[in-house]
Amino acid sequence: MPETMFEPWNDPAAKPLIQFRNVTKRFGDFTAIDDLSIDIFEKEFFALLGPSGCGKTTMMRMLAGFETPTSGMIMLDGQDISPIPPNKRSVNMMFQSYALFPHLTVYDNIAFGLKRSAMPKDQIDARVREMLRLVQIEKFGGRKPDQISGGQRQRVALARSLAKAPKLLLLDEPLSALDKKLRQDTQFELMDIQEKTGTTFVVVTHDQEEAMTVASRVAVMDHGKLKQVDTPERIYEAPNSTYVADFIGDVNIIEGHATAQGGTMAISWAEGQSPIIGTPSEPMSDGKVSFAIRPEKIAISAERPTDRNNVVQGKVLDIAYLGNLSTYHVALPNGIIIKAQTANSRRRASRPFTWDDEVWLSWTDTAGIVLEN
Amino acid sequence: MNLRRLSLIVVPYLWLLALFLVPFLIVLKISLSDVALSIPPYTPRLDLSEGWAGFKGFLSQLDFENYEFLATDDLYWKSYLSSVQIALIATVLSLLIGFPIAYGMANAPSEWQPTLMLLVILPFWTSFLIRVYSLIGILSQEGMLNQFLMWLGVISEPLMILNTNVAVYIGIVYTYVPFMILPIYATLAKLDGSLLEAAEDLGCSRAEAFWRITVPLSKAGIIAGCFLVFIPALGEFVIPSLLGGSDTLMIGKILFEEFFANRDWPVAGAVAVILLLILIIPIVLYQRNEQKIMEAEQ
Repeated sequence: MPETMFEPWNDPAAKPLIQFRNVTKRFGDFTAIDDLSIDIFEKEFFALLGPSGCGKTTMMRMLAGFETPTSGMIMLDGQDISPIPPNKRSVNMMFQSYALFPHLTVYDNIAFGLKRSAMPKDQIDARVREMLRLVQIEKFGGRKPDQISGGQRQRVALARSLAKAPKLLLLDEPLSALDKKLRQDTQFELMDIQEKTGTTFVVVTHDQEEAMTVASRVAVMDHGKLKQVDTPERIYEAPNSTYVADFIGDVNIIEGHATAQGGTMAISWAEGQSPIIGTPSEPMSDGKVSFAIRPEKIAISAERPTDRNNVVQGKVLDIAYLGNLSTYHVALPNGIIIKAQTANSRRRASRPFTWDDEVWLSWTDTAGIVLEN
Repeated sequence: MNLRRLSLIVVPYLWLLALFLVPFLIVLKISLSDVALSIPPYTPRLDLSEGWAGFKGFLSQLDFENYEFLATDDLYWKSYLSSVQIALIATVLSLLIGFPIAYGMANAPSEWQPTLMLLVILPFWTSFLIRVYSLIGILSQEGMLNQFLMWLGVISEPLMILNTNVAVYIGIVYTYVPFMILPIYATLAKLDGSLLEAAEDLGCSRAEAFWRITVPLSKAGIIAGCFLVFIPALGEFVIPSLLGGSDTLMIGKILFEEFFANRDWPVAGAVAVILLLILIIPIVLYQRNEQKIMEAEQ
């Protein structure tokens, strides 16, 4: 790993660009944002991830200035931005619908914000051309938004929101209108552009894959609260709650009672089964726990493996063939269904297991996460 | 072309032929005739019993005398000009009143919008004539408006409103403002609110966003509304004759007088043909605007 890893959130001396301080936002009786505090740093690509209605869009709209917090404070560059109207903020937004002005050409759409600023005319032209080049739509400057494709419109929207070189760019579900293939390509382009311009990006999305791909940090939200704010890797491998574990990717969750056993916990979870051995991320007391394990961490074999502590036997109930992966749904004798995943790394391998086969599932002591209930 | 497609095209054209073109040709023919003391009060009349020679003789009696007469008597061209002027001013007034109403409707809570729409259409449930008569009651010297203004103390003497051009403007604007409101409302209701937010986000104040986004994007509705007011207002007869004074010159009124007071059908026919020619320009422009809207929506 390079030594200059970009991790300002671990640097106590770093000054955050955006600070939410105990921000609450209510709409009538409904609390959209509930006493939320968070720091976002310069040049971060920050993703707000959550199901619809979790408050992520409200957070973004508060940053843009379309909503004001009911209580608490939002600081941008150390300055409280609540009294500043949207047109005076050095924050620009890329709308989910793109909100391109249909009566203006692509060129004029991008120039729209610049013309409202004090920038001289010849510089505006140069800047618009630079933006057209950045998002690779130089050829379409003279067209109207309804004369270009969805992917091109997305680029125009991005160019328009970047044209004024804002301190902070907000992206509301930026790729949701694109088809899957285009979405994946655009994700990488978005990261490139973010790096090239050095702008701080805050992206709102309900698509976990998108958040994981593009973001330097992901905030998982639910009911107006932050569940976890961390790097994509830590969100996936070290979720701090069953909610986060369940929201991101696929997971098996097994309820049980844990007792400390040296550095590990022994989790008794079913009659007649030997306890699961798991390693908690930090020391914890005995009690009820949830054991969360990702399907790809579970090995599936025909013979009982001997090198692992955690071994259970079951019967193959269902097989989902996804091309690159196969997911096996294995029913244990007590009825619990465990998902196990194997990579289809060999092209001509015949499928090793089929329906109703008796198989062994196994995993290591550190493969799963022990979460206190 | 198969028969079904042909019949689909033929039916509306037959409709137009029977209900527009034929009556127009009759009026055109009357306008080329001479006034006569007979029933109907003009000559020549087409008599097909004499065959081709009779038809040729009939044609030879038609002339443009009545049009020449319209050009020589300044009453007529003054009336046309005055009609255009009154219709134009009334259109601008309707726009000034109709746009804010349409804007308010489009921005009202969505559960209110059907009710507001109903309120705009509601006057049409009463006969047009009755509504114009009730305006007489409101605008006359002893009318409710004067009484109200005197009660407020704004004026001490009743104003002379009825039988002036002011009353005509009030009448036209009152009658036709729904035709202005509805198309503008239709375009404003479709306007994507995020466009205004985007404009604000890019540095516009609310007022600037209104002028740069809302107004250009409701242009089609504004144009449609203006034509829908201007076209009927130009040939308006009932409002100027009931609310206007003797000095209110409108071509619809002249047309009525030629037909019914003077019983000079040929001159009235000529007046009507010229009026139609004047109206063709805005109607064609209106149709082109409608077509543009349709194309934009596709």
